[in-house]
Amino acid sequence: MTLLFTNARLIDPEAGTDETGHLLVQDGVIAALATGGGAAAFLAAQGLKPEAVTIEDARGHCLAPGIVDIGVKVCEPGERHKESYRSAGLAAAAGGVTTMVTRPDTEPAIDTPEVLEFVRRRANEAAPVRVLPMAALTKGRAGREMTEIGFLMDAGAVAFTDCDHVVTDTKVLSRALTYARSLGALVIAHPQDPGLSAGAAATSGKFASLRGLPAVSPMAERMGLDRDIALIEMTGAKYHADQITTRRALPALARAKRNGLDITAGISIHHLTLNEFDVADYRTFFKVKPPLRAEEDRQGMIEAVAEGLIDVICSMHTPQDEESKRRPFEEAASGAVALETLLPAALRLYHAGHLTLPQLFRAMALNPAKRLGLPTGRLSVGAPADLVLFDADVPFVLDRAQLHSKSRNTPFDGARMQGRVLATLVAGKPVYRRP
Amino acid sequence: MTFSQRHLLGIEHLAPAEITAILDLADDYAALNRRADKHGDALRGLTQINMFFENSTRTQASFELAGKRLGADVMNMSMQTSSVKKGETLIDTAMTLNAMHPDLLVVRHPSSGAVDLLAQKVNCAVLNAGDGRHEHPTQALLDALTIRRAKGRLHRLNVAICGDIAHSRVARSNILLLNRMESRIRLIGPPTLMPAGVADLGCEVYGDMAEGLKDVDVVMMLRLQKERMDGGFIPSEREYYHRYGLDAEKLALAKPDAIVMHPGPMNRGVEIDGTLADDINRSVIQDQVEMGVAVRMAAMDLLARNLRDRRAA
Repeated sequence: MTLLFTNARLIDPEAGTDETGHLLVQDGVIAALATGGGAAAFLAAQGLKPEAVTIEDARGHCLAPGIVDIGVKVCEPGERHKESYRSAGLAAAAGGVTTMVTRPDTEPAIDTPEVLEFVRRRANEAAPVRVLPMAALTKGRAGREMTEIGFLMDAGAVAFTDCDHVVTDTKVLSRALTYARSLGALVIAHPQDPGLSAGAAATSGKFASLRGLPAVSPMAERMGLDRDIALIEMTGAKYHADQITTRRALPALARAKRNGLDITAGISIHHLTLNEFDVADYRTFFKVKPPLRAEEDRQGMIEAVAEGLIDVICSMHTPQDEESKRRPFEEAASGAVALETLLPAALRLYHAGHLTLPQLFRAMALNPAKRLGLPTGRLSVGAPADLVLFDADVPFVLDRAQLHSKSRNTPFDGARMQGRVLATLVAGKPVYRRP
Repeated sequence: MTFSQRHLLGIEHLAPAEITAILDLADDYAALNRRADKHGDALRGLTQINMFFENSTRTQASFELAGKRLGADVMNMSMQTSSVKKGETLIDTAMTLNAMHPDLLVVRHPSSGAVDLLAQKVNCAVLNAGDGRHEHPTQALLDALTIRRAKGRLHRLNVAICGDIAHSRVARSNILLLNRMESRIRLIGPPTLMPAGVADLGCEVYGDMAEGLKDVDVVMMLRLQKERMDGGFIPSEREYYHRYGLDAEKLALAKPDAIVMHPGPMNRGVEIDGTLADDINRSVIQDQVEMGVAVRMAAMDLLARNLRDRRAA
């Protein structure tokens, strides 16, 4: 099938451009693109007749590479009632996410090739978008013995992470990093000092003190990052920090990058668009891990994304059922679903003038794809036609009942947002079209 | 009507006029409580349920007595031994109780915000009898009444709150109330027991007790919870007593007529010298207990009036 998008705002994160033009999809890949000029001339230049192609008039809406989301929790195996590959896949497609890079913090953890095999089979059967599984770095995410990193890579693991469990034993972590390096495996860690953050439900400061919530100093993140950076320097491992959310951690990250270490960092969309005060009267849908930060940290993180110091924006999609959220704040589960709200929330940063659309898609598509060695995440000839067509401006009020996820624990319920996905394509095939 | 609240969840939600309304009515009830016939009928026909998810003898007894003196049917539920142990969630417990049509629900819970959560799910008036480290509004109100009766006013006083501020809901409610009534607050305690960002709440923070107590009108001591010892917040009880325990020598730095308060139960010899606690010229600790019943009668009376108005409407 040959598909031509005409009159589209082409968001190219590689070139950093945002210009109106045409894009041709053939055999699942981007076959050609051009800015300016007429559609007829563009087709003629490709040697194609208009009747031979399906023409989709984008009517000035945005066409960007599909989002590559590192760190999606799908609750299979173990808690399929919270989220299945089917429901997560539908949510991803509706949110413009064309690749879900899934977390191994399931029950049991994805820490053997056999479990990974099961997950891949389920994902291929059920999810309309691409699914790339990550595996645990240590068995049972317990931080004692490394997993079979080699076998797991053969079985398709794209990265290794114990998710929010910090490997406290530095000897175990240094060996795992050394071993992973020899295989070229990417290790993703959660920089946090577990001693300081134990039991914390909020970031320490005036708000946590007023609400009487157990809190963690923002310094705990920098301490975790400092330790990890020392270990990367020692082992030469390929490392990605899942979420950097505080200003204090940034100088260390910048220095490590300057020193040529193979390090990148991400941040969840919630830490870029919400702050600690959003918790208000103990609203548990705003309980995430690490906890929401002070406004000045949020501002600092936006700058860091703009500069490219923080490489990746992700959803940190974490489904939780109503039962685990309808509890006193300290006892309630952490995490928020975000596959479907990632793009509209990110567009808040665009509408506020903080980030351009190419900057946003650099962090949501290009950088994560590059980090994982994927050919997607860009608008270039020959790249897979994983695309999202969206209206960046249309206003709406989010109704969580409309979400495709089985769990609807979003902090944006009832929020005014701007920007919606019109269509999502994976390898040139539509997997979502807004009804 | 100056008091328009549906629940009493925290001092945070009260306007100064509402605080004054409770205290004025509590003064009347304090007089009633000293009479031979202590019975009022403000709560007659109403059902009051005390739900304590955390151990308490004093506060529960005070609420029970307050309800009974005003004619309510009072039921105590000790939640540690009930269905909560069988895995029932807080919300299910609330819904179950709500179906029994109580009018006043008095709740204490170990988690901050738990009483707010429960109040969203029931039709009756909810009184917070302490939630985690968050608030303990009736304690702050009874402290305020005690101060007002001893000092004649609540504004322009220097009040020192000493000890474990970080884990204290009593401290938080008192800070909010005294700020609202325009007193000056000093917080005194070891830095490990001082919550972050507390200076932004309109308090002066002192690590040195002698400095902090200088010229204060009120010295409010807090209980040092024994479990904090295991957390490594302080090196030892004896060092704590030496640096932050209140004795006659340290009290001499305060104004000559400064009063000494403690929310109880006291650890004599840990945060307060036993003789000082019993000194009737300085200590108002027994008055606090007495005012506790009066304040709770007033708070429940005012909430019940609003409840009846709402039901009539």
